[in-house]
This record gives sequence, C-alpha cells and structure tokens, in this order.
Amino acid sequence: MAVDGRFTEDFRETREDELLGTRSEVVTGPISDWATDFSHVEPEWSADPYPIQDDLRQRCPIAHTERFGGGWLPTRYEDVAAIAYDTERFSSRAIIMSNFRPPRELAPVGGSPPISSDPPFHHDARKLLLPAFTKTAVTRQEPATRAICHSLIDAFEGRDVVDAARDYAQHIPMRVIADMLGFPPEDGPRFREFVENVLEGVNLPPEERIARVSKLFDYLLAQVHDHLENPREDLTAYLINAELHGHRLDPSHVVGTMALLLIAGIDTTWSAIGASLWHLAKTPQDRNRLVADPRLLPTALEEFLRAYAPVTMARLVKDDMHWHGVDMKADDWILLSFPAANRDPAQFDRAGEVIIDREVNRHAAFGLGIHRCVGSHLARMELRVALEIWLERIPDFTLQDPSAVTWAAGQIRGPRTLPLRLR
Amino acid sequence: MKVQINPESCQGHGRCYDLAPGLFSDDDEGYGTVLGDGTVPPGKEHDARLAALNCPERAIELLEEA
Repeated sequence: MAVDGRFTEDFRETREDELLGTRSEVVTGPISDWATDFSHVEPEWSADPYPIQDDLRQRCPIAHTERFGGGWLPTRYEDVAAIAYDTERFSSRAIIMSNFRPPRELAPVGGSPPISSDPPFHHDARKLLLPAFTKTAVTRQEPATRAICHSLIDAFEGRDVVDAARDYAQHIPMRVIADMLGFPPEDGPRFREFVENVLEGVNLPPEERIARVSKLFDYLLAQVHDHLENPREDLTAYLINAELHGHRLDPSHVVGTMALLLIAGIDTTWSAIGASLWHLAKTPQDRNRLVADPRLLPTALEEFLRAYAPVTMARLVKDDMHWHGVDMKADDWILLSFPAANRDPAQFDRAGEVIIDREVNRHAAFGLGIHRCVGSHLARMELRVALEIWLERIPDFTLQDPSAVTWAAGQIRGPRTLPLRLR
Repeated sequence: MKVQINPESCQGHGRCYDLAPGLFSDDDEGYGTVLGDGTVPPGKEHDARLAALNCPERAIELLEEA
C-alpha cells in the first residue's frame, strides 16, 4: 500500500489553534443554590439528579451557573427541544461542558465530527457514518453481541455476588465497538481509561485535561498506522479511505471521528444497561413480569431509556441574546439535559414513574434534530440483547447493598459499581 | 387511513419501522420510508397511530379518510 502522507506527521502540530481556546477558573465544592450555582459534576447530582431537576423545572425553569465560565440548564422538554433544533443560535463546537472553550474558528467542523459540527459541514460528515449504523447494518453485530453476553455470564459461575456494571455492562459495548473499529479486543481496559479522561475529568485544570485527552489521540493514531500497514475491512479503514467533496478526509477528521465512535459507543450503552439492571434488581414486580413475558422487553427498554437517559449534551451560545426569559451571553454553555426533558410532566404522564408497558413514549434519550445519536440502533440492539440474555439466565437478583452503588459523574450517567446478589 | 413521513423532520430514529414494520421501512441511511403508497390496511390502524405517537421528531402524519 502506498504511504498515506496524511498520517506521516502528527496532524496535531498543525492544529495548535485548538489549544488557543478560552480557559475558565475551576470551581468545585458544595452548591449554594441549584438555580444559580448548578454543577453536574458534584456528588449530589451524580447520586440522584432527578429531584434537583424536578425542583428547577418548577421554579426556574432555566437554571444558571457561574461555574465553568458560565452556563445554563434548561429543564423543560420544550426548552431542551427548542435548543436541540436551533443550530443557528447554539453551536456544537464543544459538546462537553468543561473549563475550556475551543476557539470559534473550530466551527463548523469541531474536534470530533459530526457530533461537534454545525451546518452546513455537519450534514455531509454525518452522511458518511449513517450507512454503517442502520438497523440492518447493526443486526450483523447481534450474533457476536449475544456470544459476548453469554461468555460474561459464564464467567459468573460459582459467584453469589457480581458487579453488573464492571463485570457485565461495560464489556458489551466495549467489545462490540472495538470489533467494528478493528481495534485489538484486549485493549478494553485502556478504553475505560480514555472514556473516564474525556467524560469524567471535566473539572480538572484544562492543561491536565488536554494532556489526558491526548493519550487517546496517540492511541488512535497508532491504530491508523496499524491499519495502513495491515489493511483490513472495518470502520477505521472506511474512514481512512472515505472521501468528502472529492477529497479524502483531513487526518484530524479521521481521528476525531474515531474518537467519537469509541467514546460515545462505550460509556452511553454501558450506562443504559447498568441503569436498567439496577432498576430490575430493586423492582421485583417489573423483573418478574419481563421474565414471564420477554416480548414486553422492547417496550420496557424504551421506558428505561426515558427514565434513566444516560446522555446529556452541551452547546455553546453563539451570540448575546434574550432567550426564553433569560439573558444569555456569547460562549455561555448550555447543559442540554435529555434526562430532564424526559421527566417533564408537561410531556409525559406520570413522568416520575417507571411504567414498563408505556405505549406512547416520545422520549429524547437519543437527542432530537440533526444530532440524533448515530449509534442509536446499535445501542438499542446491545441493550435488548444484554437484558434478554441476563433475564433468561439470571431471572432472580437483588441489590446486594443499595448504598454500595456508585454513579458516573458528568454528562454520561450510569452505574459504575453495581453489586448484585444472584439467586 | 394513510401514513406519511415528513422527510424534513425525520432524523432516522427508527421508531416507526420498529413499531410498525408492516407500514414503514428504512432507507440505506436509516431514514424512515413509507411502504407502498402509505395506505394502512384494515387492522393496522393501531400500529399506525403508535408509530406516529412515538416519533420523537413528530415526522409522521396520519391522514384520516373522510
């Protein structure tokens, strides 16, 4: 294979402008008032954000914070949807709320297209990915996913207590996406470190955060080189060879999209599987009903996605404006909480309850508008298979110790420690 | 009854072809498509309504015949 000059030098050297963004002061510590000082990385939020969101929805409904250099938290479905649809006023050039804002020049491409892209670039970058993630395309991953789930449960043999987050949920999306990208399956533990660095280290000093994230890009660049030396058919090869507007992709686009697929493909589904098992462990009537009638699972799964939506996105306000009653400033963050939207009583009957046979469920767990999760069909398949096989093989289980359950802090929320007693 | 998808609104969530595979399918990029001319066969009205009511983008329209 001819040498691919795009990857012979480290493309990041030509992208130093990315380091020229705006930094804000790191603020941590207890919240004085959630309406004026919210933070999604404080322990109270990760432990149980729903009462906080419900309270804000009634009395704000758009909360503010000076932390992270300033930001807003809409809590009504209507406001979350309006922002998701309004790509004119709200930019995706950064989608993780932290103390670093990339420079405006990074738009409309952003660091990890297409999730970080704005129109018009967004459309074509997204179009490149869509065929690989249709329902039909992801069905091809189902036999391997089933085999992974069975082998993880086989390994529980002889144990009364297992950690369903660490020993089950996390491995399923990790192995599936590693296989799709053509990465070595044994690299799984490193993916966990990458995920934590990108999504959970948001309140670290920006320099430290940048250093941690660059480990991920070193790894991805090594994978690109390995693919150039040992050509094979997978998503990485597809991105290396893909063309946009008659040219092959910029190296930063190739690696940025690989980063997106790896990070977004793991933490999210791991969280959804874990949260569903947590619910079933503490709700025997729902568990028994699904064991007795597995046909209800696709409907129940949508309700778990609504009630325990793992993903919150972020946007940056483009220009100063008065919006739905508040004065937003250019470069203010928006914490776009799909979980809060999904529990808005104006949109859902009995919004705070988990009703596993809810027939009408227009939830926003996968986002709304042009940034609808590209991997939603893959996530639904993994979640369905993971729960179906678990319930078939382990129909009776409970929380070993409810106080031992821990939840990820930051924009992706799901159990990270979930000790279950198997019976 | 007929079903119709507004292609400007559809984002490929796939709820319609999950819930009513007899009425909807997907294209090569995962966007929803209407099977045939969208006429809902007798007995499939409930499926059509479910698909419309579960579309996150409100992209599905039900045309009730007079």
